[in-house]
Amino acid sequence: MSDIALLRLRGVVKKFGGFTALHGIDLDIREGEFFTIVGPSGSGKSTMIRLLVGMDDISAGEIMLRDQRIDQTPANLRPTCMVFQSLALFPHMSVGQNIEFPLKLRKDSPAKRRERALELLDLLRLPRTYYDKRISQCSGGEKQRVALARALAFDPEILFFDEPLSALDYRLRKALEKELKDLHVRTGKTFVYITHSLEEAMVMSDRIAIMKEGKIEQIAVADEIYSAPVSRFVAEFMGEVNLFDVISVDGETLQSSALTISNDVTQSTLPVGGKGLLMVRPEDVQFVGSKDHFDYVLEGKIHAEYALGSRIQYEVEADGKILTVETLRESRIKDSEGLPVTLGFNASKTHLIGDA
Amino acid sequence: MERLDRKLGLLSSLPMIVILLIAFLAPVVVVALFSIMPPKVFSLANTPDFSSYSVFFSQGYYKSLLWSLGMAFASTVILLVICWPLAYGMAKVFGRFTLVLTIAIVMSLFVSENIRLFGWVLTLMKGGLIEGHLRTWTGMSFDSPLYGVPVIVFGLVYVYLPFMLFPLAQGIAMVPDDARQAAADLGATRWQVFTQIDIPLAAPGIVVGSLLSFVLAAGAVAESKILGGQAVIAIADDVETAFTFGQNWPLGSALSMILICIIGGLALFGVSRIDLDAIMGRKR
Repeated sequence: MSDIALLRLRGVVKKFGGFTALHGIDLDIREGEFFTIVGPSGSGKSTMIRLLVGMDDISAGEIMLRDQRIDQTPANLRPTCMVFQSLALFPHMSVGQNIEFPLKLRKDSPAKRRERALELLDLLRLPRTYYDKRISQCSGGEKQRVALARALAFDPEILFFDEPLSALDYRLRKALEKELKDLHVRTGKTFVYITHSLEEAMVMSDRIAIMKEGKIEQIAVADEIYSAPVSRFVAEFMGEVNLFDVISVDGETLQSSALTISNDVTQSTLPVGGKGLLMVRPEDVQFVGSKDHFDYVLEGKIHAEYALGSRIQYEVEADGKILTVETLRESRIKDSEGLPVTLGFNASKTHLIGDA
Repeated sequence: MERLDRKLGLLSSLPMIVILLIAFLAPVVVVALFSIMPPKVFSLANTPDFSSYSVFFSQGYYKSLLWSLGMAFASTVILLVICWPLAYGMAKVFGRFTLVLTIAIVMSLFVSENIRLFGWVLTLMKGGLIEGHLRTWTGMSFDSPLYGVPVIVFGLVYVYLPFMLFPLAQGIAMVPDDARQAAADLGATRWQVFTQIDIPLAAPGIVVGSLLSFVLAAGAVAESKILGGQAVIAIADDVETAFTFGQNWPLGSALSMILICIIGGLALFGVSRIDLDAIMGRKR
């Protein structure tokens, strides 16, 4: 992976009549990376991918591919390609004809086309006998692979994915996520993936962009998005989280109505009088024993318990709201419901979101 | 359970089977039998011969057939070309306006075909709606386009337009938008999308529309009579003349049989090549 931006968006705006779907997007996608755009439905991510592949026109701004403007280029002349949510395989063609479609348009010889199609079947771990199969004879996962093979046959600069796994069942989806990641490594292509599932994004991506209401909230590597979100939206979007309102009294020490804070914690990055959100993930909160010391402590009462397999999740009522705590299975508390508990966590496990 | 279903299926199709046998198959059988009777007889109790079929060739009736088939072919091709954009619009673009268009076109079918064709005669004839106004206002004049082959083809196109348009719109509606978009994304030009995605995926609609309009146009008689002024004779006209004016039932039957065989063969061939279930919406 290099740091050179392969695809560069500057101030990209998309309006549908009076409604603005994208508000001036700036984005750099690097060559060879697996970049995922995540957002809830209506966040503008699907609009974005349609602009990137050329199915819709942008209202303002510019899209550059290797320093060449492509935003006025029609889809069929752009060196990019998309795997559709519906896969959009051609039902009247065989598997082989589907894969060869872009090669046929390029007027490659039949022998060459066939050879490439067979190579791609190998790459996607489909038996070569599938060449003559009808699309309707393929299973969901096989169709997925055929769609991928067809897109790879086009040999695009960037391969876009519009939630191609969302229609599959859980186990197949999990398997294909890993396969896709593996394929990315093996082909060395730039993948731009769109999904509403953060889990999916975390498994596969090098970098993730979180979108909300037509704007990008945060772009970072998966781990950073999880541990250091820039806003409440990102923090909550990235799974279970506990957030506390805090205020910085003197620019150094944090205060919170809910938390008892040890005196030796001085880590505020907020200005004097600045408000923020202190974030801690459920797995970093612990039940406090008599001898333990934690930087942040609060009292509560266990409200519910859920088994998650290897872990147990507790909902604890404290400070008038429900907090989430996760522990390992072996430290499960018996008859936990209604039990008064003290929760604690350390400053090193927290993240401060400014100006919330 | 399955046996009961099958029994019910047979029982419920029984009325239709009876009607088809009496009203459809029986006349065809009678016509087929008459076609192998000696000329100008009115009974089936004669020694069969094939003299009527030989008359088809010796007395030039084959020319009528060729004219009919040729004009039907021309009108079908013209219909395909002019209906495609309209059908595409109805299937993909117009939205609610499609309903207005559908009603407008269906309404025109409420008026008898002959009356509509006479309307065209009044419009196109010398001193008619167009030429008459033109001459009164500008003094210029032109010969009437009536009574020729082109105007017959025009009449066929005009009369059978709905029979092409609606199946075609149905067929185009079956082409998934994302397949078209995917093809474009993979580098296909508009023309390539049209030839490699639209046409093959809309094929059932194309075949049904073409068959309907071809079959109807090949058997049409009013257009050549009213607009064409019998500039050429359609085969259906010959059939009618043989049965009525000519009082030669075996000849009329033989001509009918030839037309039925050609068109029936064509229809069977066409239908066998497409998935009728798909266009009837039974399969997705």
